[in-house]
Amino acid sequence: MDPAKLEFLRGTLDVLILKSLVWGPLHGYAITSFIRRQSNDAFLVEEGTLYPALWRLESKGSLAAEWGLSENNRKAKFYRLTSEGRRRLRQEVKTWEAYAVAVAKVLATTRLPEPEEA
Amino acid sequence: MTTTPFWRRYARFFGPDPASDVKEELGFHLEAKTEDLIRQGLAPDAARKEAERQFGDLRTVQQIGQRIGQKTERRRRLSDYANDLLHDARYTIRTLGRDPGFAAISLLILALAIGANVAVFSVVNTILLRPLPFPHATELVWIAPPPSECGWSCATYSADAYEEFRTMSRAYQDVTGYEAFTTPENFRLTGHGEPVAATGMEVIGNFFQVLGVQPILGRWFTPEEARSGAFVGGSSAEPVALLAHAYWRRQFHSDPSIVGKAIELSGTPVTVVGVLPESFDYGAVFSPGAKADLFLPVSLDKERMWGNIVTLIGRLQPGVTVAQALADANRVAPDMYFNLKYPQSKGRYKGDLVPVPLKDYVTGKLRRSLIALWLAVGTILLIAGVNLSNLLLARSAARAKEFATRGALGASRGRIIRQLLMESLVLSGAGAVLGLGLAIAVIRWLAHQGSLALPLLNSLRIDSQVVGWTVLVAILTAMIFGLLPGLRMASGNLQELLKDSGAGAGLGRKHERIRAALVISEVALACVLLVSAGLLLRSFSKVLEVDLGFEPDHASSMNVEYDDSAPTYEASVAKRAAIFQQVVNRVSAVPGVQAVGISDYLPLGPNRSWDTPVPQGQVFAPGELPEPLVYVVTPGFIRAMGMGLQGRDFTWADGPKSERVIIINASMARRFWPGEDPVNKILMRGDEPDRVVGVVDDVHEESVESTLGAQVYYPCTQQGPSRAQLVVRSSLRASTLAPTVLRALRELNPNQPASEFRPIRTIVDRAVSPRRFFMLLVAGFAGLGLLLATLGIYGVISYSVTRQRPEIGVRMALGATAGQVQRQVLANTLRLALAGIVIGTLIAFIVARAIASLLFATSPWDFPSYLAMAVALLLVAIMSGYIPARRASSINPMEALRNN
Repeated sequence: MDPAKLEFLRGTLDVLILKSLVWGPLHGYAITSFIRRQSNDAFLVEEGTLYPALWRLESKGSLAAEWGLSENNRKAKFYRLTSEGRRRLRQEVKTWEAYAVAVAKVLATTRLPEPEEA
Repeated sequence: MTTTPFWRRYARFFGPDPASDVKEELGFHLEAKTEDLIRQGLAPDAARKEAERQFGDLRTVQQIGQRIGQKTERRRRLSDYANDLLHDARYTIRTLGRDPGFAAISLLILALAIGANVAVFSVVNTILLRPLPFPHATELVWIAPPPSECGWSCATYSADAYEEFRTMSRAYQDVTGYEAFTTPENFRLTGHGEPVAATGMEVIGNFFQVLGVQPILGRWFTPEEARSGAFVGGSSAEPVALLAHAYWRRQFHSDPSIVGKAIELSGTPVTVVGVLPESFDYGAVFSPGAKADLFLPVSLDKERMWGNIVTLIGRLQPGVTVAQALADANRVAPDMYFNLKYPQSKGRYKGDLVPVPLKDYVTGKLRRSLIALWLAVGTILLIAGVNLSNLLLARSAARAKEFATRGALGASRGRIIRQLLMESLVLSGAGAVLGLGLAIAVIRWLAHQGSLALPLLNSLRIDSQVVGWTVLVAILTAMIFGLLPGLRMASGNLQELLKDSGAGAGLGRKHERIRAALVISEVALACVLLVSAGLLLRSFSKVLEVDLGFEPDHASSMNVEYDDSAPTYEASVAKRAAIFQQVVNRVSAVPGVQAVGISDYLPLGPNRSWDTPVPQGQVFAPGELPEPLVYVVTPGFIRAMGMGLQGRDFTWADGPKSERVIIINASMARRFWPGEDPVNKILMRGDEPDRVVGVVDDVHEESVESTLGAQVYYPCTQQGPSRAQLVVRSSLRASTLAPTVLRALRELNPNQPASEFRPIRTIVDRAVSPRRFFMLLVAGFAGLGLLLATLGIYGVISYSVTRQRPEIGVRMALGATAGQVQRQVLANTLRLALAGIVIGTLIAFIVARAIASLLFATSPWDFPSYLAMAVALLLVAIMSGYIPARRASSINPMEALRNN
């Protein structure tokens, strides 16, 4: 499957970003790398979507940003989770799991079920 | 992420910059990507290009970033601000709590000033600004001739004229009116215990439809009822009535099943067809200070012979202006008859049909007074604001160090001003809450002042507009008194302040100059209020001094019921004369009664006129003859009213068969026979002569202030009175006399209802009540202004004495006596007061000119008013300067010097 074609469902990117920051502050480029690596190159996050998503999360208070130095000593903007962001992540993960289970159940159907008793 | 480098502290030294933040962030991303690509083996140039290609539309992302960044920044700033405000508020409440004396005084001043403003605003709003309490009230017009001397008879129209006007006019949706000659307590309600008097207004059948007043129970009058009328004692249809809400509640205990029941009015069963809503108060709109208990449809057929009888009220077609209605009325008037039976009466109403907005008719006369009141109360607010400004300045002088310290610790000027403004807002907010409470109490009380002849008072209430006004006033006040001390405080030199020990320093002096200026303006404003109040007070006392033409004290009146029904007119006249004579004789016999008489109308109430008597042998051009107001009286009435009489009074011997006699007033006598003795002269009414037997003083009829017209008195034995008002003169109190008089009347007529026995003085009081109301309020405001000015003077002088302690100590050590020191302080005080008085007098001249139309027989340059103002202000200035002066002279020089 062509990885670039894999479209994000609405809200998916937000939860991935939040997850990527669980272990500590990261800058934008590190977040894309994290998502690509963890999804085994399935998700290629486009910059044009990533940054607006980051800023929106920052503006909503889920993320806090601070300027810091990158691994190779360059000035970079680091994002970290706020407590509000953590709460949001927990909630979204729950929603996601429920969603995934439900979709999986439907897709796993092998034969037409009996009509329900009235 | 590595440790924070030191430069980061200065990265955004000149404030946040979302645009370059975004640029840098994205730049870093591209570089990181390029490096990765190089590591994967691409050439640097190619890697860079590949990174940019992968990124896509860089510029759009940048723009999105900037927008989001700005929004975040704004939100952050706002939440910082809110936090600061909260902090300021908490801090303010703590500081105020530490100085309860200051807090209490400023709250008191604010509560009084804001309360007065709110109360006056709600009165102004009710009477002037709000529309009348009817649906589409702006369509309603009052139609009346220009004012004239012959009273209500010249302000009303005949039944024929009403009907013609209604059919011929095109400007109106409908026209209605009411019978203007209905007098209070004209009915007797029986069947509910002992008979009680009731006031029944006769209105044209469509009255409530035109006004848009929907009964809460029952229905309007039907067209049949409207046509035939439900004249009590009449024979035509079954009489019907609508009840006023208050009467229904009081007399019938809000009986929900009253509709359809019959009540007995003056011996006739009348069916109640409905109850009017509480919001409709006839008296409040059409006759301030009076009440109407029930409403009956007037029988136009019955009234047709009575001449001018109804007022006209029209509801304009939508979109028709008053000017168009006037043009329409001028078109209709020449074709209108006074009485269709007399062709020569056609065109009599030419120029006499002038529609004005009903609102103007009801409240127009009060407009100027109310605006003056509004300005007066606004002045109070200004004085209170200046006063608080002064108090705050004094306080901020004491707190100078606190602010200097805060400034030194990094608080910005804006921050300190904000803190001070917050203090004033908290103060004025609390003051506004107290003031609103005060205003509510005042308004509750005012709304139930039935004896105050101001329109629409019943609908006085606190509504959202009033609350909005309170908030506005509170913020405005806070601005007035908070800004100046704030600016002064924040502009101080920190260094100097921190060194300054508080006394004798530059800032202290500067402060004192400002405070002196504030006190002078306060005194000037108080001066304007005092002069206005003085002028109004003088006018009011002039009004009370007016020779009314009768003596209102020691006389009381009561409505007397009588039954003069008889088969013929002559028999009826004889029967009535006999009843009246009995009543007068019986009541005269009551111990303590000095004089007794009966008249059908009393002064300063409703009135009427008929006929125009012409002196025998004289010729007048049409319109030149005065139309006198007519009173039908018994012998003794003139003495009972305490009117001066030249010639003789009527006697019971002036009967239907003897010569017709008349008594006229002095104005009329002067007009007809200047320089001659009018007694025994002959006045002709048509072909019949009346002999003038007496001349009485002019009686103030319409109002106490009005000019005087012609008045005539006929004996009740020769003319038909429309009812009987008993007037009793006695040195006993009305309340003492009432039961005895009522018992005497009941002996003669068991049906006599328990009518009110009213001192004549109350009639006069009601007539002057609006003037008294305005005068008292303005005087109250002037008193408040004076008090505030006193406080201001005291504050400034007291502060300057404290500041000059060492100086005074030195002078006393060098030999100045206590008296010299006192004189010095008092001189300072007087200088302030005099400056204020001079400026204030100049402003007062302008103000007095503006309110000249509110004055009665008082010049706007009335010297005693100005003199009284100046004396009052100087006296309070001396008083408020005396205490600090005493303190100054008792300074112990040694102590004062040592303390420095």
